[in-house]
Amino acid sequence: MEAIAVKGVWKYFGDYPALREIDLTLAPGSCLALIGRNGAGKTTLLRILAGFSKPAKGSILLNGHDPRSLEARRLIGVLGHGISVYDELSAIENLSLYEKLYGLPTGTANRWLERVSLDKVRTGLVREFSRGMRQRLAIARAFLHDPTVLILDEPFTSLDDRAIALLQSILREARERGASVVMSTHQLREALELASEVALLQRGKLAFSGIRTAEMVEDPAWLYNTYGE
Amino acid sequence: MANKVWTIVAKDLRSEFRSKESINAAVSFALVMLVIFNFAFDPTAEETHTLSGGLLWIIFVFAGTLVLNRSFARELPNDCLDALIAAPIPGFQLFLGKAIAGFILVLGVELISLPVFGIFYDIDLIAPFWRLFLVMALGTWALTVIGTTFSALTVNVRLREIMLPMLIYPVLMPALIAAITMSGSILDGGTFSGNNLIWLKLLSGFSVIYTALAVGLIDIVLVG
Amino acid sequence: MKEKAIYITGGLAGIILLLNIYNIFMVLPDEANQGAVYRILFFHVPPAITGMVLFFVAMVGGIGFLSFKDFWWDALSVAAVEVGVVMSVVNLVTGSIWGRNQWGIWWAWDARITSQFLCVLIYVGYLVIRPAFSDATQRATISAVLSIFAFADIPIVWFSIRWWRTQHPGPVLETGGLQHDMAMALLYNTIGFLLLGAALTLIRLRSEEVQREIESMRRLAHAL
Repeated sequence: MEAIAVKGVWKYFGDYPALREIDLTLAPGSCLALIGRNGAGKTTLLRILAGFSKPAKGSILLNGHDPRSLEARRLIGVLGHGISVYDELSAIENLSLYEKLYGLPTGTANRWLERVSLDKVRTGLVREFSRGMRQRLAIARAFLHDPTVLILDEPFTSLDDRAIALLQSILREARERGASVVMSTHQLREALELASEVALLQRGKLAFSGIRTAEMVEDPAWLYNTYGE
Repeated sequence: MANKVWTIVAKDLRSEFRSKESINAAVSFALVMLVIFNFAFDPTAEETHTLSGGLLWIIFVFAGTLVLNRSFARELPNDCLDALIAAPIPGFQLFLGKAIAGFILVLGVELISLPVFGIFYDIDLIAPFWRLFLVMALGTWALTVIGTTFSALTVNVRLREIMLPMLIYPVLMPALIAAITMSGSILDGGTFSGNNLIWLKLLSGFSVIYTALAVGLIDIVLVG
Repeated sequence: MKEKAIYITGGLAGIILLLNIYNIFMVLPDEANQGAVYRILFFHVPPAITGMVLFFVAMVGGIGFLSFKDFWWDALSVAAVEVGVVMSVVNLVTGSIWGRNQWGIWWAWDARITSQFLCVLIYVGYLVIRPAFSDATQRATISAVLSIFAFADIPIVWFSIRWWRTQHPGPVLETGGLQHDMAMALLYNTIGFLLLGAALTLIRLRSEEVQREIESMRRLAHAL
């Protein structure tokens, strides 16, 4: 069974087609790098995959489930543009909230705080954290429940070096577990190294989708030049 | 299931008590209104009794709306709403959690304003307290259900603070009339018989219908 | 085909109303108690009925959009609400003029006028909140939910206010029974107004669809 199966997806904002006839599959354990210019529809597609909005036409299945179903939501880990943690709560309170919502064993939150090196400040309020600390907390939140389908929207943008290293190691572990990743990115080189497959989105349509090749990694602009406008 | 609802209730209450933004605003607002009423109406003891039901609920509804406006709006900074929607908590449990938290906060503001009202206008609140509390609880639940639903509806709208009251008050009116009438009657020594019984049924029916509608439609409102 | 529907309903409405107006002004005698002004009744009651029917249609449109995701249903909903509000306001204004003439007051908080006014406020809220959403899908979804919440309230509003009035008796702007030929004239005018409401709704529906086409072409042009 495919980790992600997207068939004939269209998305309109009003009458404007933001996504047109998207067909995409991802085998379990793969990593897809979704690239494209700003406004191409990357965030729109990722939000639909995550279940935040519904397509006008077409179907989406994550591990055979509808993204909005409870089974799918237990599997999905999302890292978007916002950090999705509460400023007025402490680090441990934030993670405990999600520990309870995901029905995880007690102690999971503490374990992850250690993993992202925030255990010394577990009772500190997020609004007192530095940017790097908030990002690490966001990563902990996204991976808390050991998700098997990861949906990451420009995850490396605006991360400091420590956070980038942390995210890369966590992603590696996740993939060793057999997790599948869809990642949109502008950092072509870093993403293309992690990716096993690549898709290029142009004005809502898939201009290219296939296996990552050596050419792409050597010259990230090659894809745009070959398939782009 | 009750676990997850309670988790949301606890989170909202903890958030609110850390910052106290809406409670402070609501209580201050209620107290200022009590003062304004004195100058607007300069009521005699006789008149105050007649007006008391209405005065009380004008304050409760206006102050309550200030609190309920925050219900879903508090999830906007840092995109927290996305993470909540992605979590495996059914929409109606998320709604109930927020509604119960809102209910507790609004009822809290009301219970703070009530004795001040009694003192300012020399009204006996001790004898009719439990009957009054029942009306307050029912009326506040009706306000909370409508307020929380419309808070979810308008979460992405600019000028939300202005739009929300404009939507809530007309729809809430029948419940408000029931609460006002019963409160006035109870403060005058009335009980839940006769006319008041019909108002009680109306208020309860209103709450049941709109709780059902809200729970049924909340997923559509949140995800579309 | 749509134009034909508009012409037919509009034409029928025009004929019925014109014939009836002749009947009302030329043929029917003055009423015993009220003199000539009672004729305003023929333009006071039918708009109220048409308004209520249109609010029901708006709810159907809302449910239709949520079920079928086709924007035609949303256009139907907003068209019905707009024409329904206009009809209800006509009802309020004619009622006010009539009240002024008969009882010397421009406004009396009698059960029917108050209920009608509240219903107008509920739907005005619907019309005001719509432009606050720039995304058409979100706008249609929220409007659909609002149309359901609003229509569910209408019977509750009417009952609660009528019940309140029985406890607080006040002026009642009612007329006595009608003779047969007056009742017939009222019936014809009601049919005429219903057809007029349908025609106006179809016209508004058409203009809403054209507006959406223009919006989508603009967005497409910007994207290219």
